[in-house]
Amino acid sequence: MSAYEPVDGIDISWCPGCGNFPIRKSIISMLVSLGSDAQPRVVFITGIGQAAKMPHFLHVNFFNGLHGRALAVAAAVKMANPSLVVIAEGGDGDMYGEGGNHYIHTIRRNIDITHIVHNNMIYGLTKGQASPTSQSGMITRVQPHGVISRPFNPLAVALSLGATFVARTFSGDMPLTESVLKEAVNHRGYALVDVLHPCVSFNKINTSSWFKEHTYSLTGHDTSDRNGAWRLAMEEERLALGIYYREEGVPVFSDHLACYQSDRTPLFERRPDEEKLKALIRSFV
Amino acid sequence: MNRPYDFSRNEDISIIISGAAGQGIKTAESLITAIIKRHGLYCFSCREYMSRVRGGLNSTQVRVSADPVAAWRDGIDILIPLTPDLSRLDHRISDTTLIIGDPSLFTEGRTGIAFSFDEAAGGDGRLYNTAASGLILALLHIDFSLLSESLNERFANKSEKIRERNLTAARAGYEQGGALLRDGTVTIALEPSPAPRSRMIVSGTEAVGLGALAGGCSFISSYPMSPGTGVFEFLSRQADAFPLVSEQAEDEIAALNMALGAWYAGARGMVSTSGGGFALMGEALSLAGVTETPAVIHIAQRPGPATGMATRTEQGDLNLALHAGHGDVARVIFAPGNPDQAFRLTARAFSLADEYQIPVIILTDQYLVDARHTIPPWEDPLAGYASHIVETGDGYQRYRYTESGISPRGIPGFGRGLVRVDSHEHDENGRISEDWRTREKMVQKRMKRLEQLAASAIMPSSHGNPEAATVVVSWGSTLGTALEALGKSGAEQIHYLHFSQVYPLNPALRPLLQRADRLVVAENNHTGQFADLLAVTFGRRADERLLQVNGFPFSVEYLTSRFTRYRRPV
Ligand SMILES: Cc1ncc(C[n+]2csc(CCOP(=O)(O)OP(=O)(O)O)c2C)c(N)n1
Ligand SMILES: [Mg+2]
Repeated sequence: MSAYEPVDGIDISWCPGCGNFPIRKSIISMLVSLGSDAQPRVVFITGIGQAAKMPHFLHVNFFNGLHGRALAVAAAVKMANPSLVVIAEGGDGDMYGEGGNHYIHTIRRNIDITHIVHNNMIYGLTKGQASPTSQSGMITRVQPHGVISRPFNPLAVALSLGATFVARTFSGDMPLTESVLKEAVNHRGYALVDVLHPCVSFNKINTSSWFKEHTYSLTGHDTSDRNGAWRLAMEEERLALGIYYREEGVPVFSDHLACYQSDRTPLFERRPDEEKLKALIRSFV
Repeated sequence: MNRPYDFSRNEDISIIISGAAGQGIKTAESLITAIIKRHGLYCFSCREYMSRVRGGLNSTQVRVSADPVAAWRDGIDILIPLTPDLSRLDHRISDTTLIIGDPSLFTEGRTGIAFSFDEAAGGDGRLYNTAASGLILALLHIDFSLLSESLNERFANKSEKIRERNLTAARAGYEQGGALLRDGTVTIALEPSPAPRSRMIVSGTEAVGLGALAGGCSFISSYPMSPGTGVFEFLSRQADAFPLVSEQAEDEIAALNMALGAWYAGARGMVSTSGGGFALMGEALSLAGVTETPAVIHIAQRPGPATGMATRTEQGDLNLALHAGHGDVARVIFAPGNPDQAFRLTARAFSLADEYQIPVIILTDQYLVDARHTIPPWEDPLAGYASHIVETGDGYQRYRYTESGISPRGIPGFGRGLVRVDSHEHDENGRISEDWRTREKMVQKRMKRLEQLAASAIMPSSHGNPEAATVVVSWGSTLGTALEALGKSGAEQIHYLHFSQVYPLNPALRPLLQRADRLVVAENNHTGQFADLLAVTFGRRADERLLQVNGFPFSVEYLTSRFTRYRRPV
């Protein structure tokens, strides 16, 4: 067992057969690749939903906050201590619905975090309402005549906002998920990994076999080609799996902050500068 | 010759400059108050303005005195209108008001001295304020050299021509003022002294900002909303000199969530907003409560509901601050009465939030943040600074049960332990728990600290006669006005209590309120929100509520007239 798995008995609250189980395994494998030395610096920031419970089932630092708000918290954690490895994780409702505004602006900031979204195209925890990625026409207890709105396209949105790492995987393809997650966590900059997965209890349309039929693995795609990535993101018939786009060397948010220009010390190790403060106060005399 | 205006017996001179947004009234305010202080007189200044960028009618009050002044007065001694529009000042002009400006204004019993700002400014609308500054400083017997020095400093980076034009306008105004003194039209006799020269002129906004720095604030995330934006701007400007991250959040929801993230990672985070923005932070406040994450929240109140009046003042968000957030959430609410308290309480908010792992709210208002006072500088700003973060070891439990209910707070990346923080009900390890026993214990753990916070709550400052039958209570920005009114109405009939901490309330207050024959609560809202809080907390209902909701602070005149009535026995 790895250092990243909890030692005390844990009661995993997902349904048997849930796509979250293989995602958890893939995440553990990603964490192991960071080495156990990194453990005190690895922080998971999550919202609320079945997916967002993930860090409770790992052995990691976490801030399990509010539904929809993980990215705001994650952004600040990374600003306050850039040496932390920050992973924001949650479901499609959490990240693209309730947290949609934070999704847009976190990408714009290019915060150096890994953003893992469990996309089961449904609200799992609240028992089966439409999510922003539910397909039009899907019938739920709240949408008895079918979902009216068009589905949200997270990859296209990320690309349009200048995200420097954009990927999609499928929980059923663990080798791919693992390798994409490892690339994402090593990417310096905002990295989106949208993980398609079945919700065995509530999504009767996008099942495991539906995903197998409607996805394909990218081969020979040039990940530095933004327009190519855009075309992939706009495909509707079958969804491409793999890294759509990556761009290295783009300055991240904290590179722009004055307090880190000559000193990378995290904020908690700094004290207010008494002389400067006194001088500032005197400037009002 | 003009009718004489004799202000020689005034304790202070209340000068109002009015004009349209964009005419540089604020610039004139900061220019002349700095010079008046250097000359050796005290100033209090405060603006009232419309929520627009150009046009409209704004004004600023500058009260000048040989003694400290700290309150808003309705009355106007000298009115300097840069535009011939007095519509919004009507009710404040009396037959003793001297108007200096366009003679078309001298109607309906109003009198004054004709003066053309346009002429003084050489036809340049941007220089009316400079001409007005010259005029005012001359009337106060202040040497022109102080003004010319200031102008040269201010315009050091501008062209020679701009400097010259400003000096010319200033001199034209100054000569007019001098002439009015010489021919006896105006008499002013304020004696300067050295004391004011070593004082600061500081606004509530600046005091909150400086207090935040003294509290070790290293993170601010906010979304602009008047009148809370000033603190956000002030701190953002300090981010080059201090270890401080400033980020404009996408909304207030993000702002407070960010601040919590910052504290979780070991920084000291703050948000600055107004009632509407704070309403959006309710859920995050609740999150601070359940996760026991510190937070400092500055709410500069303005009249609500909803958008209300962006640039006016009110104390209508006390109930919101008290009750925001679902579930039971421990919190502290400070309500500074002036910039000095704003500095000290904001600094204290950071150590208190850190020590007790709670959100601390600083409740100010437009009047408090905009008003500028002449006060002594803070000599030892970091005196109260303390950090309570612990290094974690193996097996660290973020929510370990303790006697006080407060568990040592670790942060990720400092020590070998893991810091697990959870918005669900959770166990000592921060893991989701649905166990009813754990639930009960955790609620008690989180709320227990309120007892300690109440026992150590700041007592109200006490003024007037502690034996008096009438007890007058007010809170927050009303302090200076109430104190001046108390002095003017004869303090022996009133025991005045000013609350700079409005929640939790110290249990030791009970006898102070119980012994009152007449309890009067003065506050700027419609229902008497603090009076209600006193009633709920101590079972003592106010006999009288002095309330005001017109967007202005209480004036010295209004409170004086009310207080004077309490001379009569109850
Ligand atoms: C403010 C707020 N609104 C609503 C909820 C209820 N809620 C909890 S999880 C959730 C949606 C879950 O869907 P998703 O994020 O896709 O996660 P999943 O369970 O599918 O993994 C909702 C609406 C909440 N906890 N907080
Ligand atoms: Mg979902």
